[in-house]
Amino acid sequence: MTPPDDTGVGGRPARAPGARQLTEHRLFWPAAVLAALLLGNVALTHDFLAVRVQNGHLYGSLIDILQFGAPLILVSLGMTLVIATRGIDLSVGSTVAIAGALACEHIATAKDPGSLPTVMSAIALAVGVAAAIGLLNGFLVARLGVQPIVATLVLMVAGRGVAQLITDGQIISVSSSAYKMIGGGYWLTLPFAVLLAAALVAVTSLVTRRTALGMLIESVGGNPVASRLVGIRAAGLLVMVYVVSAVCAAVAGLMISSNVSSADGNNAGLWIELDAILAVVIGGTALTGGRFSLGGTVLGALIIQTLSTTIYTLGVPPETTLVFKALVVIVVCLVQSPAFRARLSRRRRATAPDRAPAAGDVGARQQEVHP
Amino acid sequence: MAHRALRIIAAALVGGVLSACTTEPATTGTTGKGSSDGKLVLGFAQVGAESGWRTANTKSVREAAEKAGITLKFSDAQQKQENQIKAIRTFIQQKVDVIAFSPVVESGWDTVLKEAKNAGIPVILTDRAVDSQDTSLYRTFLGSDFVKEGQEAGKWLVKEYEGTSEPVNVVELQGTTGSAPANDRKAGFADVIKGDPKFKVVASQTGDFTRAKGKEVMQAFLKSHEDIDVLYAHNDDMALGAIQAIEEAGKKPGVDIKVISVDGIKDAFVAMQEKKINVVVECNPLLGGQLMELAKKVVAGESVPRRVEVKEGVFTQDEAAAALPGRQY
Repeated sequence: MTPPDDTGVGGRPARAPGARQLTEHRLFWPAAVLAALLLGNVALTHDFLAVRVQNGHLYGSLIDILQFGAPLILVSLGMTLVIATRGIDLSVGSTVAIAGALACEHIATAKDPGSLPTVMSAIALAVGVAAAIGLLNGFLVARLGVQPIVATLVLMVAGRGVAQLITDGQIISVSSSAYKMIGGGYWLTLPFAVLLAAALVAVTSLVTRRTALGMLIESVGGNPVASRLVGIRAAGLLVMVYVVSAVCAAVAGLMISSNVSSADGNNAGLWIELDAILAVVIGGTALTGGRFSLGGTVLGALIIQTLSTTIYTLGVPPETTLVFKALVVIVVCLVQSPAFRARLSRRRRATAPDRAPAAGDVGARQQEVHP
Repeated sequence: MAHRALRIIAAALVGGVLSACTTEPATTGTTGKGSSDGKLVLGFAQVGAESGWRTANTKSVREAAEKAGITLKFSDAQQKQENQIKAIRTFIQQKVDVIAFSPVVESGWDTVLKEAKNAGIPVILTDRAVDSQDTSLYRTFLGSDFVKEGQEAGKWLVKEYEGTSEPVNVVELQGTTGSAPANDRKAGFADVIKGDPKFKVVASQTGDFTRAKGKEVMQAFLKSHEDIDVLYAHNDDMALGAIQAIEEAGKKPGVDIKVISVDGIKDAFVAMQEKKINVVVECNPLLGGQLMELAKKVVAGESVPRRVEVKEGVFTQDEAAAALPGRQY
């Protein structure tokens, strides 16, 4: 069971005005962390936020973060829906590799690698196979009742082998300007990958929030028994979210391989499933299922990508990179934890007893509602 | 009941998939009955097929064995040490004449190597070393010297900037953090350029040996450092990714930013021909011929050096066009 969440995107109570209302918004903490990371970068590298026009498109660290963050945003988007149903999809990294491998192999062996029909059929092939992967995952979870972590582990392990089989263990290079567009091209001065990711996020949030679909997904994840009793067909929904997750991963795979014009069955999307799960959690969606936040996930993915770019820009030695990342992630998770914040504010109150009591009391009581 | 049965089937399928990853050594020669036909039998336990470099390595061993008239028993360990140990034990049982293998990891080989020693089968290490204290457990180590590769890269840089006293800003794309090639190529390079204070490594990050990471990291370097003169990449794939980043920043790779790379894959030679890479230090996977020679010597009881280096070269732009058609990987 998920706890009653009174800080939802739509139904925020109009109890307290001003700053408190702002900090209670479920996107506040992820957004604050992202802003803090960016500001920290500006303090250390003064022109970090500078964006200029280069070769007819925008150029700067911010654009890099968006462009390299786009695949992660997509994978996390699908992962959010899966996690909302109390599931998890470990196979997305392999799906990224398979999609890139299929598309590049198709284009590399085609007679006319640069033509639009070739690229379109490559995309269709990759997305189609990904949908089949999603169907398999969904079937294992929804029909056979295999635990999601086990069901998707199968393809996480085997899928990378499939990708290597497709590429024959080699890195396949393609030279196709049409294919390059997906992950490395620009449209209206912005990276095409960013626009594509934004469009898919917009469509997903429209479909889940403007129809009952989002609520049905949340109810299946929140309480499967109750949702069965009210007549929600969980199986179909489960299959659907795994298909969406796989298709998102496939588009991310196309972006990654297109950006470097090559498919690497071994390394494309390696560990991206873990980054995606982290992005979802940072974004405020609980792994226990139920309420999900697409906006939070996008912020979470951007936080992770900003962190990587920060590491490269600051020159953190590679040996300590992982420790640095871990420290930031721990801080982010602590800042986001209502229990931790409540404890912190209680301690602060204990050391400063003459502080205005009313506001603090309300805060503590409210925060203790959360687990 | 039906559900339960289905679950058991699914679990069995998962188990099947996971255990299918281990492969038994397969005989690829004409006969599987040891050296009964007088031919030398070599058991070769390969790491896996994780990269194009490795695939070329495997191909070279297979072809050289055929050419040298040696029966090859080949096993692919799928990057797992337990598979490799199992394969070596099988070779010992099959009483092969000589065992060669590229260790997946450095440690944990003493037991199985002692078994081989007790069975009187000589062992040759290829490509990667083991950290065993008892050096009598293997006869020789045939492989690249990664430190030397780094030194060669450094030497080219020193020569290229001979006679100038202006500072030279170098950025480095390291391989996977902690891996032997990354550590050694970094150390060898630093060793050579430290003699001249004009060379300064202004940024050094890992690119995980991949194109995608190489591009991503280089893009960040280009934004945080105004004047980069030289890029030193620990492998070709990272260099190829970084070249794209340099081009997108409106600079010319090979001219505005000189590019030094290691490995010598075909794509790198193409880029060198297009004047985008300045120099490639070869890391040669084609050690099959040398391995067969060593195997014959070891079995014949001849003495072999403890450390045999693979024949490797340094290629510049002028030589790229001539060398390209002969590149096998």
